Amino acid sequence: MDTALQHQAANEPTTAPAPWGRVRRSRHVADRALKITCTLFTVLGAFVLGWILLMLLVEGIGGLSPAVFTETTPGPGSQGGGIANAIVGSLIMTVLGIVVATPVGVLAGTYLAEYGKSSKLAEVIRFVNDILLAAPSILIGLFVYMLMVQPMGGYSGWAGGVALAIIAVPVIVRTTEDMLRLVPGSLREAGAALGAPMSTVIIKISWKAARAGMVTGVLLATARIAGETAPLLFTALNNNFWFNPNLMGGVANLPVMIYQFALSPYENWRELAWAGALIITMSILALSVVARLLLRKDKIR
Amino acid sequence: MVALSQERLVSSTDASVRRSSSPSFDGLFRIASLASALLVLIVLLGIIGSMIYGGWPAFSEFGLGFITSSVWNVNEDQYGAWVAIVGTLTTALIALVIGVPLSLGIAVFLTQLCPPWLKRPVATTIELLAAVPSIIYGMWGLFVFAPLFANYVQIPVSNIVEGMPIIGTILYARTPSGVGILTAGIILAIMIIPFIASIARDILDQIPPVLRESAYGIGCTTWEVVRNVLLPQAGVSIIGAVMLGLGRALGETMAVTFVVGNANRLSGSLFDPGSTIASRIANEFNEAIGLQLNALMALGCILFLVTFTVLVLARILVSRVKVG
Repeated sequence: MDTALQHQAANEPTTAPAPWGRVRRSRHVADRALKITCTLFTVLGAFVLGWILLMLLVEGIGGLSPAVFTETTPGPGSQGGGIANAIVGSLIMTVLGIVVATPVGVLAGTYLAEYGKSSKLAEVIRFVNDILLAAPSILIGLFVYMLMVQPMGGYSGWAGGVALAIIAVPVIVRTTEDMLRLVPGSLREAGAALGAPMSTVIIKISWKAARAGMVTGVLLATARIAGETAPLLFTALNNNFWFNPNLMGGVANLPVMIYQFALSPYENWRELAWAGALIITMSILALSVVARLLLRKDKIR
Repeated sequence: MVALSQERLVSSTDASVRRSSSPSFDGLFRIASLASALLVLIVLLGIIGSMIYGGWPAFSEFGLGFITSSVWNVNEDQYGAWVAIVGTLTTALIALVIGVPLSLGIAVFLTQLCPPWLKRPVATTIELLAAVPSIIYGMWGLFVFAPLFANYVQIPVSNIVEGMPIIGTILYARTPSGVGILTAGIILAIMIIPFIASIARDILDQIPPVLRESAYGIGCTTWEVVRNVLLPQAGVSIIGAVMLGLGRALGETMAVTFVVGNANRLSGSLFDPGSTIASRIANEFNEAIGLQLNALMALGCILFLVTFTVLVLARILVSRVKVG
């Protein structure tokens, strides 16, 4: 680019007005440099996402077969098998996490937006929530290990669900509060003027008005926890069988399965890891896109 | 309508009967929401408490030497955190050096240069980059990026710098496998870009358009507007956004575990494998017993303190500008 400009500079003053017109040349160059760099950086970001998706498609589609969805994970070095137990285990723990996290997160967000507002306690909780939102998930895994795995005497799907719930709660709290704050105060006043107690105003008016945004928060939280690996490594672990119905003992799940299989020396395991990676990434991306579309539709209305 | 409701209000002499059922639910609802909010607080305290409780035996066994010692010997039960701490800080620093300019560039593109019709797709693409699970970045880093990095960067660079002072140590790969501290830093950079970029974009969007327009009005170029108007305005909160990214980079586990090489040695070269606090915990935790478990918990405690400090600083910096 530099040489091209110099080339232009050498030729053009005689033939035509310089492309930078009456602007000093260094300013023009700095401006062009900024625009080109910023555009390049953005293209690079999009390129990396495309590259990752392409890698997943190329490597993953070969491994996809009906058996992947029906059979359990194979033992070391054996052929065939699928990842059905990991898929079901992941679903159960994600659902468990969301079922625990949604009421807690929604109520806590409601407290911040409707009751606490700018009181000292609400400020502290908001602050702590923001910290938790960005806290390393591996620490949450360690915490749940101390809290549940050690006292209960072994890894369990329950511990995995709780760990995921702790990661999901801050996301839900944050979006719930943000969305409730967008609800105009006059709506609440109208409800209060009719003699409705605070809880009725919140449930019937605030929640209803902010519904789409709150659902988006839950979907985003689901997308966030569905791919979490580190906390599950210490809480649910993984195994190659169908887990106990009471979820005690190791529960197979996609992220940890991918982690263990991808780093294994067995070709068959690696193929299954790629298939699992494709499934989990596509589900999460689809979930995020749906959540965003939902929010956009609501904003237009 | 008004008259009707007034009449009903007057006629209902026994007001307490009408309200009898709701106050209890109202109070219950209030208490439930307060309890949920307090739960958030309790969880954070629980995390701090469990880290200190779990790590205490290691801290009391090795004292301050736990932080400064670079020994990690499972057989002799000797543990020190220095290698992991240095690895964590180095990878996070590399991630910032690469990631921050890229993120700011993307934020400037999105707010200043991008044509309106392209804004939403580009913003969504960058945000989706944040939704990709970290383990996928790890696989991409290990199976796709690392071989390319070894062939096209490590080997040529090592050949060039071999024998040079200082650079010859920092950028020399003894075994060009592609995995190592620098690879981990690059993957981390890609992972923190969406976070920093989207916060920086929000910050730039909040700057009143009239400032920008008046700068353009007196004939500033885009570069001059960005450099002299937007950056000073955004200033401190951009640093806050960077700190948030740093918090992510310090605690990121799975992607780093794939590409950092997991070796416990201090090396002068960025191409050599190392380990970070999070990768060591992820690697060894499931097989750890006794003092090793406590040492890993103590590592977690250090990681918590570092990220906590960074995140608190970030939060203060970001919020201060919003108020001011």
